[in-house]
Amino acid sequence: MLKTYNLNYAYDAANSFSFPDIQCGEGEKWLVLGQSGCGKTTLLHLLGGLLKPKQGDVIVGKTTINKLSNAELDKFRGKHIGIIFQRPHFIRALTVGENLQLAQKLAGIPQNKTRIETLLNRLNIGNKINSKPHNLSQGEQQRVSIARALVNGPDLILADEPTSALDDKNTHEVIKLLENQAEEENATLVIVTHDSRLKEYFKKQILL
Amino acid sequence: MGLLRLSWKNLTSKPLSMLLSLVLFALGVGLISLLMLINNQMQDKFDKNLAGIDLVVGSKGSPLQLILSSMYHVDVPTGNIKIKECKAFFNPKHPFIEKAIPLSMGDSYKSYRIIGTNPDLIDIYEGKIESGKIWEKDFEVTIGANIAKDLNLNIGDEFNSSHGFVMDDNLVHDDIEKFKVVGILKPTGSVLDQLILTSTPTYWKSHGSHDHGDHDGHDHGDHDGHNHEDHDHNHDHAHHDGHDHDAHAHDHSGEHADDHAHKHDEPATTATTGQSLTDFPEQEITTLLLFFKHRNFQTLNMQRNINENTEMQAATPAIEINRLYSMMDGGMVLLQRMAYLIVFVSGLSIFIALYNSLRDRKYELAQIRVMGGSKSTLFSLIILEGLLLAVLGFIIGILLSHVGMSLFAGYLKDSYQYTFDGWKFLPEEGLLLIGALVIGFVSAIIPAIQASKTDISTTLTNY
Repeated sequence: MLKTYNLNYAYDAANSFSFPDIQCGEGEKWLVLGQSGCGKTTLLHLLGGLLKPKQGDVIVGKTTINKLSNAELDKFRGKHIGIIFQRPHFIRALTVGENLQLAQKLAGIPQNKTRIETLLNRLNIGNKINSKPHNLSQGEQQRVSIARALVNGPDLILADEPTSALDDKNTHEVIKLLENQAEEENATLVIVTHDSRLKEYFKKQILL
Repeated sequence: MGLLRLSWKNLTSKPLSMLLSLVLFALGVGLISLLMLINNQMQDKFDKNLAGIDLVVGSKGSPLQLILSSMYHVDVPTGNIKIKECKAFFNPKHPFIEKAIPLSMGDSYKSYRIIGTNPDLIDIYEGKIESGKIWEKDFEVTIGANIAKDLNLNIGDEFNSSHGFVMDDNLVHDDIEKFKVVGILKPTGSVLDQLILTSTPTYWKSHGSHDHGDHDGHDHGDHDGHNHEDHDHNHDHAHHDGHDHDAHAHDHSGEHADDHAHKHDEPATTATTGQSLTDFPEQEITTLLLFFKHRNFQTLNMQRNINENTEMQAATPAIEINRLYSMMDGGMVLLQRMAYLIVFVSGLSIFIALYNSLRDRKYELAQIRVMGGSKSTLFSLIILEGLLLAVLGFIIGILLSHVGMSLFAGYLKDSYQYTFDGWKFLPEEGLLLIGALVIGFVSAIIPAIQASKTDISTTLTNY
């Protein structure tokens, strides 16, 4: 499902990263662990097609995404990859529901309000559909960003430090949520973190 | 949730940040459009009212004033001229002149001007009778379409005229016969719509017989010995109380040998509607509208001759109106430049507002890319915001200018009875929309390029 070969990225001569090859099967849940500065976020961006590698390939499903043109890559990402960032960002002018609609629109997927409502209800924030995201609590915002990552039924879900700001109880909840939702969507889940608390949740781990 | 809606929401969610740009843009567009409207409708009125008139003859004074008062009915007349001075122009055998239409003015009814003339005046503006007929007897009037509508006058209604062109109860002629409406004209879009037309003799009567009691014309009591060398007396424009006219009218002297119609000794002090004006050389009219058979150097000479060798002046409408245009042009051009400057500044302000908004929105822009938006999506988003601002500013500006034009039209109506239309739209306003879109686009292009260059990875890493 997700494979990388010889992945290498260099910001400049002094800052270059080489990554071990990754092979994740469909529906699997993986944890990528590493200390700050070891290139975790770079790896996540490479996997999500936000960066193009200097060397090597990233294959999502059957597509070698680093070979796509820029515009194709953007479309592919919108359709097949859901990304959850440590700090979620939303379009301030839009409501929660509209933010999710925009995600459908930008990926070129038909607008489906029922899908959005179902998803928000599943994440227990169905009543927030008409709220502005910045009026929600952090936990709620995190859920909205999960909903947004899932809305287009992606094959791959990437999460960047989803728990670093959370206490143990909330960490547990968010991880369970991510696992459950990924299972519901039958998507491959890759969590990139330095949070060693997560080790106990995932058997499949990559250490950077 | 298309891009257009997104950019609309972006604009409306922070209305204050774009307010200044919008107000400036609307003001600039509004001013340009208002100038276009005024210019267009002014020119339209001026052109319609030229009506093929070649020369206007009246008493000495400003030629522009002469034209404005006798063709456009906006200024006061320069004074009166005596029939005997301009008698030659009435001669149907005149080699150059095809038609001469006399105008007497000075009175009004509810600030609509009453003109003593002959029915030819209706023809030159291509006026047609809507109902009733053209005046035939003294004190019968035929009125323009606007008057009938505004004053709700119908056939058979009567009214008193009043002295001067403004409404003033103290100046109402309540000592003479009332005017009676016998006809109403169809709208022509020309000055004819706002005139009350009657015969020249009626004018003389309404001014010349206040104390006669009867109209038999034999009241010589106030003959005060005037003779005909009195051309230099002060023509107090159109407001003679009339005693003098009557006194002169029968005082024939040798210089009137050519006055064929007046060989008899029986004095005719008061003409009646339908009589030839040339029979009354001592009576006065205000101006004469002349139509030439051909325009040539002889007609040019005639104008110079009148100006140099008579107590009258002759003015060419086209030349005077062009002079007026060129006087107005200075002001118009200045206003227009100011308007363009305002539009330029508003474009600058749109640019700055959009550019500044990028900093606040960089995460949003990166997030749009993460969700599948491409560089061109971001570019289009910002361009759309610029265009939306421009269209919005354009709409507000056009509304402003037309409301302004309506107010201006109301003012013109009150002071001159001219009707301008505030809600008439011009094809040029379509061009203005295109111009507005270009400015919206150009103002947004640098911010849009900047937005499209947003580096997702760097932006989302450095929080």
